[in-house]
Amino acid sequence: MLKYIIPLIIFIIMAVFLAIGLHLNPSEIPSPLLNKPAPVFSAKQLDVPEQVLTPDDLKGKVWLLNVWASWCVSCRQEHPVLNEFVKQQPVTLIGLNYKDEPDAAKQWLADLGNPYTMSIMDNDGRIGLDWGVYGVPETFVMDKKGVVRHKHTGPVTIQAVQDELLPLILQLQAEP
Amino acid sequence: MRLLLLLSLLCPVTTALAIDTLRFDNATQQAEYENITSELRCLVCQNQTIADSNAELAADLRRQVYEMLQQGRSQDEILRFMTDRYGDFVLYNPPFKAKTGVLWLGPVAFLIVGLISVGLVIKHKRKTKPEQAVTSLI
Repeated sequence: MLKYIIPLIIFIIMAVFLAIGLHLNPSEIPSPLLNKPAPVFSAKQLDVPEQVLTPDDLKGKVWLLNVWASWCVSCRQEHPVLNEFVKQQPVTLIGLNYKDEPDAAKQWLADLGNPYTMSIMDNDGRIGLDWGVYGVPETFVMDKKGVVRHKHTGPVTIQAVQDELLPLILQLQAEP
Repeated sequence: MRLLLLLSLLCPVTTALAIDTLRFDNATQQAEYENITSELRCLVCQNQTIADSNAELAADLRRQVYEMLQQGRSQDEILRFMTDRYGDFVLYNPPFKAKTGVLWLGPVAFLIVGLISVGLVIKHKRKTKPEQAVTSLI
């Protein structure tokens, strides 16, 4: 009897592990930045290149950093969701224009709408490197103290807004 | 002919390296650069090192490694710089920690469990049917 039960148990254990493995997303790598201060940058604004933005300018606000580029196909898919999102919930949404041409980026925003409070330029990808960006689009949520509290890799979906971003933003805005 | 084709498929393929033109101050620095870039995983194409990959991110990370070496930073400093941003996943050789314990000890544990069960099976067979076990071995 045991002869038949043991292989069955081994099979069940393996099946459970393989089933879990099937539902993991290997491209989603946990960010080591979580619960650490946002990486410092000093970036030129897309619209007004003479002016720079640093994370210190955003202290006291809950803010989002969305990494995007005009060459990025998934960003196009994500864009309407962001447009709708900022209409529903007024929030400081900073766009990090990653490895892009300023003219192409401006045209892209003119064509598809501009959900961003402000976009900053990262032409050579150095700011992105400091933030551990590896696949555009990516979205980070910072609390009022400027600490990274959440990272979303890949396009933001309506479901991600409802289930992850909105509750978190409301919670962070209630924090002192 | 068919066998030849099949064998040729089994031959190891030399890895194609992404080509950058870089100038190094000395051979040690170049060796360090090659060592570090083959230790780091390209996060876009996860089964390639940044030395092998032609992805843009890999090129950026190579540039970062090169610049840090030029600034005289050590290998440890560069690897820490990368793990601070991308996590341990960026290393092909993950450090031994509580989180990676299963990864390192798992195979050893499986080997021990395997050896014990083989031992038990042999012992069991010897004890119950000695004659039968011997004949089945022959």
